[in-house]
Amino acid sequence: MNGIHDMGGMHGMGPIEVREDERPFHAEWEGRAWGLIRAAGPFGPARRRNFRYEHEILPPAQYLQMQYYERFIKLLVDRLIAAKLLTQAELDSGRADPASPRFTPRVTPANVAEQLARRRSLRRDDLRIAPRFRVGQGVRARNINPVGHTRLPRYMRGHRGTIVADHGIFDFQDTDAEGYTLPDRAQHVYTVSFSARELWGETANARDTVHAELWEDHLER
Amino acid sequence: MANEADRPVGRRKFLSDAAAGTAGLVAAPNMKSPEPADRPAREQDQGHQAAPSDVALRVKALESILVEKGMIDPATIDAVIETYESKVGPRNGARVVARAWVDAAYRKRLLADGTAAIGELGYGGAQGEHMVVVENTPAVHNLVVCTLCSCYPWPVLGLPPTWYKSAPYRSRAVIDPRGVLREFGVTLADDVQVRVWDSTAEIRYLVLPERPSGTERMTEEQLAALVTRNAMVGVAKVSAPRGAAA
Repeated sequence: MNGIHDMGGMHGMGPIEVREDERPFHAEWEGRAWGLIRAAGPFGPARRRNFRYEHEILPPAQYLQMQYYERFIKLLVDRLIAAKLLTQAELDSGRADPASPRFTPRVTPANVAEQLARRRSLRRDDLRIAPRFRVGQGVRARNINPVGHTRLPRYMRGHRGTIVADHGIFDFQDTDAEGYTLPDRAQHVYTVSFSARELWGETANARDTVHAELWEDHLER
Repeated sequence: MANEADRPVGRRKFLSDAAAGTAGLVAAPNMKSPEPADRPAREQDQGHQAAPSDVALRVKALESILVEKGMIDPATIDAVIETYESKVGPRNGARVVARAWVDAAYRKRLLADGTAAIGELGYGGAQGEHMVVVENTPAVHNLVVCTLCSCYPWPVLGLPPTWYKSAPYRSRAVIDPRGVLREFGVTLADDVQVRVWDSTAEIRYLVLPERPSGTERMTEEQLAALVTRNAMVGVAKVSAPRGAAA
């Protein structure tokens, strides 16, 4: 979707504020929030929308204003409410409804290290699909404007680049209009190099490049 | 291009102004709030200035509800915090960089297959499944961003710093990388090529910075101590320690 999250090339967001020697968590609640997300993550609806899509559909002002971990917590809460594992009344009272079902933790002190370290590769080494493009070939990022989640940033659409690497076959991450994964769409993913001038015009340095990984469905000859 | 660092407006003020300007769009969070959800939007905005304690209370309430339901064990949360505060972080990436600086064969393997070479040092897992290492040279400077999200190579760099996740960095790194670098104190000559890597898919990037001159006699461990997170994202160079012969 053409949302506020797709901000590559936007102006007016202000200066970059850097804190020296920044720690992973700035306040106790941030660490608790991140731990909650990792610990409660396995609970929720059986059929899940793309998690990034759930961030992207937040109203733009809210997206910009919410702190990172705050945004994740909101989405965790929304998911648990949607799956009827949590109610607004419980959140308001700060207590679990005595009548609500009881569960067993899925992430535990015994398996958390293994859970955190687990690889979640989307590469499909089990499939054999011939690539449509080859390294060195010129391509154009398609001019598409899907309303679901897409990994093709707006600033690349319609621009010409060159394939510089083929990373093999990956499950496609773009979704349908409701944010659900499209089935059976695994395809090659390539690194595409765009010249900064192609993307931004003549004021860009002629040597500079911007690279991104794009799926075949994002590209045309 | 204008150096935005000169602008006298802080990000928090900027964002609160932006939110006030579009107050009607700011939806009340679906979570417990100490004030009624239907209070005027401008009041909500002012309330946001005190957000940390408000959020902290909501997170605490959520944790205790989920513990009551048996969905989580608070000790698991302690373990997650411990992992990201002391085990997974930029010191891992710094060891990878230092090894590449002292071991030419390792450097070659690292640039050819980042995931495997990083795995040799015991680092891997979530958000590091497919690593590509890009090398800075006198002619090429690499800069990593995720314009669409905040994708970052956790096993080697830990959780991303706030600036990496921020709208100013994500928006400008691709259109004005040289201006962004200047803001971080790195000024590049026009004949140095800047390569920006937008982490749009499942590949995660680590920048292999240039080894500073004057460090020839340093051990691998001493070298690792010089390597900063910012250098491995590409917004800084690695400096020799004070007193090192140039």
